[in-house]
Amino acid sequence: MHGPDIQWYVILSALLFATGALGVMLRRSPLIILLSVEIMLNASNLLLIAFSRLHGREDGQIFAISVMAVAASEDVVGLGLIVAMGRRNVELDVDKLRTLRG
Amino acid sequence: MANFLVWCVWFVAAFACLVSALAVVSFRNPFYSALSLIGNLASLAVLYLLLAGEFVAAAQVLVYGGAVMVMFLFVIAYLGDRTEESPWSGGPSWQVLGAVAAGGAVLTEVIVVVGLSAGGFLSKPAHIERSFGTPASIGRLFLTDHLIAFEVTSIVLLVAAVAGVVLGAHARRLEGDARA
Repeated sequence: MHGPDIQWYVILSALLFATGALGVMLRRSPLIILLSVEIMLNASNLLLIAFSRLHGREDGQIFAISVMAVAASEDVVGLGLIVAMGRRNVELDVDKLRTLRG
Repeated sequence: MANFLVWCVWFVAAFACLVSALAVVSFRNPFYSALSLIGNLASLAVLYLLLAGEFVAAAQVLVYGGAVMVMFLFVIAYLGDRTEESPWSGGPSWQVLGAVAAGGAVLTEVIVVVGLSAGGFLSKPAHIERSFGTPASIGRLFLTDHLIAFEVTSIVLLVAAVAGVVLGAHARRLEGDARA
């Protein structure tokens, strides 16, 4: 394997995951929170593919593709909720959404 | 020489990845955040290529960078300009708490990695065939060993599509009520 060893990928993935987690914890806009969740999912995907290469088995890549499909589904539902909020003229701020009644 | 080139590509991609992730988290306007996430996904695809994940890299660019991000940009454009007054939640103590939690997670992971590599668990990458990660071999695995994961994924996508339609119809009904 040319280039960096697995440790570098693990550390990069940890930094990416922490960045995404900071976005989820600190931002108010639900759109940016969804985007930060994408960063976290991609950090885990990077780790899956790196260890798949380390062990020489493709199962990690299969799992990464499944994670992509789950992320796409999560986006559809999250964006549907955000569009519903926008149509009701609710302010897009997760701190101000205290009830989930329809 | 090849090794040096791979290291250069790796550093450029990793740097782009981290910078664009920080940009996603820190931009005020969600439109710019979504655009920088596209850069993040593209640089991750470069790293996947370095790890012999050719099919996953292509799927990442096509499905994620293409389809999903276009959906995001459409929703952001539909909602219009909503630049936030105060984009960061809570008081200063919350930001300190978040930074400490994220920093602690990174530190733990770095310690674990250093320990594992000192113990010799991470040293030798396995030898791989030329066909590793190609669409043919991924597709064969999906239709033999991981058939259940494949089918469950299709059901998950179907349920998500139904959920999107239901949420949209519900919002439209509310809009109709408001107009009447």
